[in-house]
Amino acid sequence: MYEIRLHSRGGQGGVTAAKLMAVASFRDGKYATAAPFYGAERRGAPIVSFIRIDDKPIKIYSQIHNPDLVVVLDSSIIDLVNVFEGLKPDGSVLINAPEIPKKAEGYHVRHVDLTGIALKTNLVVAGSPILNTPVIGALAKMGLFSRESAVAAIQETFSDERNMKAALMAYEELV
Amino acid sequence: MSGTSASEYICKCTSACAGCSSSLILRHVLKAAGPDTVLVVPACCTSVLQGVWPNTSFNIPVYNVAFAAAAAVASGMAAAFESLGRNTNVIAYAGDGGTVDIGIQALSGALERETNFLYICYDNEAYGNTGMQRSGSTPLGARTTTTPGGKIHVKKDLDRIIAAHHLPYMATACSAYPQDLVKKVQKALSIKGPKFMHILAPCPPGWRYDASQTIEVGKMAVKTGIWAMYEREYDTLTLNGPTKAAMIKPAPLQDYLKMQGRFSSMTEEKIKIIRGEIERNLRLLKAEAEATC
Amino acid sequence: MLTLSTGNNAVAAAVRQANPAVVAAYPITPQTEIVEQIANYVTNGSLKSKYIPVESEHSAMAACIGASITGVRTFTATSSHGLLYMHEMVNWAAGARLPIVMANVNRALGPGWNVWAEHTDALQARDTGWLQVYVSTVQEAYDATLMAFRIAEDRRVYLPVMVNLDGFSLSHISQQLEESTVGDFIPPLVLDHKISTDSPAGYGCMTSSADYFRIRYDIERSMRDSVQVIKETEEAFAQTFGRKYSWTEEYRCEDAEILILSMGTLGKEAEVAVDILRNEGVKAGSMRVRWIRPFPELNLGDRELVVIDRNYSFGFGGILASSIRAKTGKVCYNVIAGLGGQEVTYNDIAGFVKTRRIGEEFWFGVDA
Repeated sequence: MYEIRLHSRGGQGGVTAAKLMAVASFRDGKYATAAPFYGAERRGAPIVSFIRIDDKPIKIYSQIHNPDLVVVLDSSIIDLVNVFEGLKPDGSVLINAPEIPKKAEGYHVRHVDLTGIALKTNLVVAGSPILNTPVIGALAKMGLFSRESAVAAIQETFSDERNMKAALMAYEELV
Repeated sequence: MSGTSASEYICKCTSACAGCSSSLILRHVLKAAGPDTVLVVPACCTSVLQGVWPNTSFNIPVYNVAFAAAAAVASGMAAAFESLGRNTNVIAYAGDGGTVDIGIQALSGALERETNFLYICYDNEAYGNTGMQRSGSTPLGARTTTTPGGKIHVKKDLDRIIAAHHLPYMATACSAYPQDLVKKVQKALSIKGPKFMHILAPCPPGWRYDASQTIEVGKMAVKTGIWAMYEREYDTLTLNGPTKAAMIKPAPLQDYLKMQGRFSSMTEEKIKIIRGEIERNLRLLKAEAEATC
Repeated sequence: MLTLSTGNNAVAAAVRQANPAVVAAYPITPQTEIVEQIANYVTNGSLKSKYIPVESEHSAMAACIGASITGVRTFTATSSHGLLYMHEMVNWAAGARLPIVMANVNRALGPGWNVWAEHTDALQARDTGWLQVYVSTVQEAYDATLMAFRIAEDRRVYLPVMVNLDGFSLSHISQQLEESTVGDFIPPLVLDHKISTDSPAGYGCMTSSADYFRIRYDIERSMRDSVQVIKETEEAFAQTFGRKYSWTEEYRCEDAEILILSMGTLGKEAEVAVDILRNEGVKAGSMRVRWIRPFPELNLGDRELVVIDRNYSFGFGGILASSIRAKTGKVCYNVIAGLGGQEVTYNDIAGFVKTRRIGEEFWFGVDA
């Protein structure tokens, strides 16, 4: 079983990102669950989502304490929350950032400027850059699921082409 | 702001959304009421923005209660304070859901029994706490999560229902006019008996506008006449300045509607009905005001 | 058709399949997505129900009662305080012998306000005459909702059915869902006692002490008859859709020496604990109890019992454990865990088994 903890702020689409990850895994023929962890739900508050992927049905409902992968959709969260807590020794991190933030040094970090990509592709709604579809591109590049399944997941959820564009850009630009 | 207490009763650490009218309203309500105040708060956004046990961000006693019960709990509390010889302000502070829908039975009863308390309904025109489902106070045509195609019924006329209880004081207000709000709360609390205030509370996530626009949206509501500001003392109606201005030269309704994503599926027919409602309401208010002069 | 769905959306999808004529509901966290999804279906025309956005839960059940007695299929959903607020009418629905189906998203009771999973809300309604089932996966939420209509509407039953799913732990998580088309699995509702202007009758009028008890006995008689109906329905479901359900879900119980009994999602987490225990040589098995009313015959055998109660009856004890004791005489190690969404992991559950003291009650997080 592969366990992912996704950190975002309320209103950034973190919950949808978790679902997309589950759908993409699902399209790869795996079992997957996506569980948002709800605290105070207001816009802007840091929230966490848990995603589990396995070859057999997943029976665990409790929180992920030792993730294999930590995804940070908003790098400012790193200053508020210890996003690396419990990360497995060989675990990886994916951060939405143009450069690796100082606090992330020492971990296996991949990064991609999802915000920049969203702005470049004009994937912006009500003033906020959309990060949940581009991150799927980056995760596909990391091998979490196949590129085909990532494409399928995005297509079956969103009709606007900019989502696919941004995801493909993130796939290419992942560092 | 001149004329108001410098003391703050809400700390800067609430869990309110950016641009939240309710926290703004409450900040001024408490400044007007002072520390000898107890808030009775049913399930609503305010239940959440206080924060999580063991902390609270409010510096006055807050009694959180079940959704339907605010006015009834306040009735009991008011009677008890009276028996203790205390003058503590009892203020029920509820959203539109807990007032217009599930809370209306208790409210009507409390008013009919002339309970000595102030009931404030902050109206963000939907069930905000649970994610913006429609309430009886949602306007015609507004999209909510349970009216995805736009509400098909008109906004319940809460103020005339309250007026039918012949209170010593009731008022409407708006988060965009804090000085007016403070004066009204002070006036209300100086009177013994049942008092009611209905305060428009524009809500960024619910009404779908940028959080920085809360004041502009509130002002536009008053300028278009869709939200009227006035006071009633028993049967005497006094219109407030901004509404008198709106009666003479109302801003176009479209200017208000276009600011908010929740009105994106408005039909011409619904807009016509709302215009008719605004016109009717202002006409009736004007006649009532003139009759009482 | 295989999709990814949340527990709440699965319930809404099943309701769309069942096509009730009237849905009356009031939003409450964590049930809101059920109501919202149904509103979406009605708005986009994929569900032809009349959706009444009532002003309170008491009115939600009252409206369902008014609709149901005309002989049409009805549905509502609630949680926690909403269920408590409609309690009078919940009793009324069963007494009026109405086949209403309600999804209850299990949530803790205030004060303090807590929106996370706990079973006390529905268990407080265990005396009302409603049938109650507790589900543990998104698929089961869908399937149980479909079956609920067929069971409730069976002439031998004519009692309302409550489908329970854990707040947030199941309602909001996404798992795979096979949205089976119901076809004619749920026959059209024929309500023998429906209102008829051709043969007018008074409903629920004054009833003397000489007669009232007969009506109550009648409810119990149907509750007992529902045992057969539930069995038949679950078997027919397995035949039609290939997914098997029963009174309990048993995992590695055949040669188990210790049974872990629980309800809802804890029952799946317990299966992971069982695997861990088995690897350590502890012969544990998990028995997830699905039906609480009618209370089933449990295949407990001679095994030691660890019962996890995600609920409590003050001054008495964990409700599942005390029900088991009442029905079978068997004493257990009663763990009170998961209240208000308290986190309970498979490691915790394995720990309960390893440190069990039969006959004692253990409040997880409080007791040592």
